[in-house]
Amino acid sequence: MKKQSRSFRNVSENPCNMCMPLGGIIAFKGIQGSMTLLHGSQGCATYMRRTISEHYSEPIDVASSSLNEKGTVFGGEANLKKGLENVCLLYQPRIIGVLTTCLAETIGEDIQRITADYKLEKQRPELPIINVPTPGYGGSHSEGYWHTVKKITAGLAKETPKHSKLNLIIPHISAADIRELKRLLRLMTIEFTLLPDYSDTLDAPYAETYQKIPSGGTSIEDIATMPGAPATIELGITVEEGVSPGKYLENEFGVPLYRLPLPVGIENTNLFFHTLKEITGKEIPEEIQRERGRLLDGMFDSHKHNFQGKAVIFGEPEQVFSATKLCLENGVTPKIMATGSRTRKIDQLLAEELKKFEHVDQETVILSDTDFSIIMEKCRQMGVNLAIGHSEGKILTEREGISLVRYGFPVHDRVGGQRLLSVGYQGTLIFLDRITNTLLENKYKNYRARMFEKYYPLPSPAECELKAR
Amino acid sequence: MDISSDAMDGIERLATDGRKGLLGLCAAESGYTLRRPLLSSFETAPIAVNCEVKKMHENIRPIPAIEERKDSIQTKGRTRQELKCDTDSVAGCVSQRACVYCGARVVLNPITDAIHLVHGPIGCASYTWDIRGSLTSGADLFRFSFSTDLEELDVIFGGEKKLARAIDDLTAKYHPKLIFVYSTCIVGVIGDDLEAVCRAAAEKHGIQVIPVQSSGFAGNKSAGYRAACDALLNLIKPEDNQQIEKDKTINYLGDFNLAGELWIIRNYLKRIGIELNVAFTGDSSYETLKTATKASFNIVQCAGSMIYLANKMKELYNIPYLNVSFLGLEDTSESLRRIAKTFNDLEIMRRTEELIKMETVSIIGEIQYYRQRLQGKKAAVYVGGGYKAISLIKQFRELGIEVVMIGTQTGSKEEYATINNLVNDGTVIMDDTNPSELERFILEKEADLLVGGVKERPLAYKMGIAFIDHNHDRRHPLSGYAGAVNFAREVYSTVCSPVWKYRKRGDKNEKAEQKFPQCERKSL
Repeated sequence: MKKQSRSFRNVSENPCNMCMPLGGIIAFKGIQGSMTLLHGSQGCATYMRRTISEHYSEPIDVASSSLNEKGTVFGGEANLKKGLENVCLLYQPRIIGVLTTCLAETIGEDIQRITADYKLEKQRPELPIINVPTPGYGGSHSEGYWHTVKKITAGLAKETPKHSKLNLIIPHISAADIRELKRLLRLMTIEFTLLPDYSDTLDAPYAETYQKIPSGGTSIEDIATMPGAPATIELGITVEEGVSPGKYLENEFGVPLYRLPLPVGIENTNLFFHTLKEITGKEIPEEIQRERGRLLDGMFDSHKHNFQGKAVIFGEPEQVFSATKLCLENGVTPKIMATGSRTRKIDQLLAEELKKFEHVDQETVILSDTDFSIIMEKCRQMGVNLAIGHSEGKILTEREGISLVRYGFPVHDRVGGQRLLSVGYQGTLIFLDRITNTLLENKYKNYRARMFEKYYPLPSPAECELKAR
Repeated sequence: MDISSDAMDGIERLATDGRKGLLGLCAAESGYTLRRPLLSSFETAPIAVNCEVKKMHENIRPIPAIEERKDSIQTKGRTRQELKCDTDSVAGCVSQRACVYCGARVVLNPITDAIHLVHGPIGCASYTWDIRGSLTSGADLFRFSFSTDLEELDVIFGGEKKLARAIDDLTAKYHPKLIFVYSTCIVGVIGDDLEAVCRAAAEKHGIQVIPVQSSGFAGNKSAGYRAACDALLNLIKPEDNQQIEKDKTINYLGDFNLAGELWIIRNYLKRIGIELNVAFTGDSSYETLKTATKASFNIVQCAGSMIYLANKMKELYNIPYLNVSFLGLEDTSESLRRIAKTFNDLEIMRRTEELIKMETVSIIGEIQYYRQRLQGKKAAVYVGGGYKAISLIKQFRELGIEVVMIGTQTGSKEEYATINNLVNDGTVIMDDTNPSELERFILEKEADLLVGGVKERPLAYKMGIAFIDHNHDRRHPLSGYAGAVNFAREVYSTVCSPVWKYRKRGDKNEKAEQKFPQCERKSL
């Protein structure tokens, strides 16, 4: 197994990640009644709205302080304050998230002070405004997401009497995945606070009257009482401790923290339920056990097909880790694991997992802080025949003929990215079926021609002679 | 249903309209051999249903007016003063505009064999990777995304060295003749000397490296168009000021070959005997753009992005220009005639009339079929540039649809004046609008469909109305006669889709059933 990162390169070719504020917007979308404002130039908000809109097929209203030349030279205070006021007038939000951009950070805006001033001036002392520094050059959208979830937690959590609601903190997964996690917890009759819950706000049902801020999301009150929870489960083992909201709750309020991988794949899902059982003492209900049995049944049914897969897996670290695990469990060989994020943890975690599985040839490579030019080159070298990741990987299909199983964010060239189900025993099986069926489709598409080409032509006289010898 | 007779009704009506004498004439002369429209799956769609579902929103929630926005919204017939436009967006109003960099990038990106290197943090490159639906007949380097991926240390110590190394690496790997280096917000702030780095790199590698001054905060999207035009002027400048000999070809400014649109128009021109030299910038390349100054005149479609370049080319190279639009039947025919007239050649004019007749006849039947079913619908339009908006008003009129709300991101005063002349009294006109205003006026004007881009699409669908993609990432052509019929088909496919008969369902199921017992029974 080899590790490689891109830090020595001068140029990124075909990026595998986006920038910090985008992750921040997603996080705020999971807070009830929230509106987000990007402090920077107009384009950032528009680009990110467009990108998120394409994946979720939802209107994504994100305000901008629309900094112009003057604001950049003399400071953007007036713009930010006016922006906040207009957001209040147009949207009447319950909470505002202010995210910075490259521009605001580089000119050194003190958003903490400006937003505090704003609340005083406009007499809105009760309006929570959460400020999050998210310079685009500071990291990928994954880091932006976790950083923002932590700031939200830190900004709203208050010392609370102990209660029985479990904290569940999630990475950026699909809306369908969130709904599945909620269903599973309900089946276990566990009360919980899930943060951030954008399953309704980013996948809203059609309603007769359009709502500018869609209903749903984790309520401010629920977040406030997270410190009284019996425990926190954070589905984020690749997350650095410094930006971990669960770690914050543990350090500040002593809430025991269980950091788990996403429950994708049988082992990760087992771990998820065992942890729930351990924390709450509740038994895993029959219905979930049957789902587990069905997953095993499905794994056995398709194991031979899956053994043909040599995969490249790319995207956000948390998704890469769990998808790799799913591949390993099912005999798909993960040849390349790649993320555009600059995370150190994933290398070690993946290396440990790879060691556990004997069938894997050790010629695998882990890439962090990488881009698609490197991924594509490696795919060519290592004979990859399957890609698992977000839509930008379509370049691998287009240029290298490698079929793509869409997973993660963004999915912009197919519908239903928000409805891709991949967690829990049921989700795992659906995800696995997507992988198996892609391999099967390739097989059926090509095998007649391949076999014909390989076996039909008669050997040349020279070859016959060679064999006779 | 007898489609041909349906279509003929429409043609007769058009012919007696007085506005479209030609269309009727064409159909009549063709001996009524109207082509049966390609209806595919819509043939069995319950067409009438949509008409029943009217007035879907009773309650219009008032939104507080933002003082600074008031002058950017007007109602035709009620407001006298000029519409406020071409200004900075108002903070916090959720403008749909992008930035200077975006404006520059969308204009230059279709140049196929250039390296488009974004000097900045990764986001600017990520969000613009291969987002245009521009097609190429040659190189496809433009579909790659290159960025210097500036990080914290680069921001502190400056990015000039990294940029120079990036150009070295890219030159070694791809051997380009042309590199555009785009400046982004932070490059403008940290003060990297883009000009100097590009000049040095150009000398070192013997290629053209052109800086594009597109720091995001330095104006709005229009400023980006100007930055792109400056880069283009830099590129087309003949070496050592040598005079290039003029020939009879023409350049086509402001077509980005979305889904082959340029090729459609190029072929029309070829058929009437006019040679296209190069397009700015659809399917263009380093070599072809270098010949730009030999053309005898320019035709300009997307004026918002290209009028500055057209004026400069007139001033510097004595190349006059003509504004055209190939959106819709009326504008396409009109534009072809005007181009032909410029050549003052009877043969060209004859062939133009022949082409117009032939192409019109081949699609008019299908268009009339749609017109019959779309007559009386109301459209809301929010697009990037003014020329698109103007053409859309006419195009909708061809389909019997009235535009009741219209706006653009970067329209000019002149374009808004034209819009104002074209629309009916009561139509709402607005510049640099936002979701709140779109929502309000869609409800107030009871629009049946919205025209827009990716960000507007989900808003329309959430409000339960039809939507037309008129964005640069689309995958079907809307130019010329082929485009006109695509457009009509798209309008029909969205306005008359059977899905809308279910739109009252959702959260208030009971109420919907009360109101639409017929629909419900049908669905069971």
